[in-house]
Amino acid sequence: MSARFAVGETVTVRVAFPPGHVRTPFFVRGKTGRVTEVLGPYRNPEELAYGRSGEPALPLYRVIFDTADLWDDYQGAAQDTTVVDIYENWLEAP
Amino acid sequence: MSNERSEDGLLRRHHDMGGLPAGPVERNEHDYAPWEKRVDAILRLLADPKRGVLTVDELRRGIEELGPGAYDEMSYYERWIASVTNNLLEKGVITVDELGRRMAEVSAAWPAGTAEKS
Repeated sequence: MSARFAVGETVTVRVAFPPGHVRTPFFVRGKTGRVTEVLGPYRNPEELAYGRSGEPALPLYRVIFDTADLWDDYQGAAQDTTVVDIYENWLEAP
Repeated sequence: MSNERSEDGLLRRHHDMGGLPAGPVERNEHDYAPWEKRVDAILRLLADPKRGVLTVDELRRGIEELGPGAYDEMSYYERWIASVTNNLLEKGVITVDELGRRMAEVSAAWPAGTAEKS
């Protein structure tokens, strides 16, 4: 499966709250970051979690966010960043 | 399901607590009780690619489904064994009857306060 996004591209995390097992933390949903690495295809953990094959594999990306964008009341340094690995089904072009 | 409304009204699942206030991080290495090491070993054997009985994804899903009360009250390895147990029951690897009988045997053999050999 070819990766939809490339290193350096800006991506926005989907605003979605499905009830089952997901691997995208709550605090990045709806937030915009930048792809720093395309980690390759991995079996989909949202399927593996229910005893299924996890195929087709999904591209997994390393995405960097400005931490101050993630929490309104963030008290740390302005240049702080947060890195999260996110599967392609959670990412959109902004 | 254990979805909760966050401050801004969005649905957050209980376990998904990254960034919430949680107090200081315990940085010391913990001593593990023999039963905790055994739980760890059970999971590793079940998830071993040769056996492939359980994936860590299923383990995590099972922990998330314990619900907010149990999730907060149970210790780390208590959550693991609860999830492993539920997964093995769902998959038909063990039965409720079998498990209940075996637990009764173990309780009889190891009365409360008996130290487990490591």
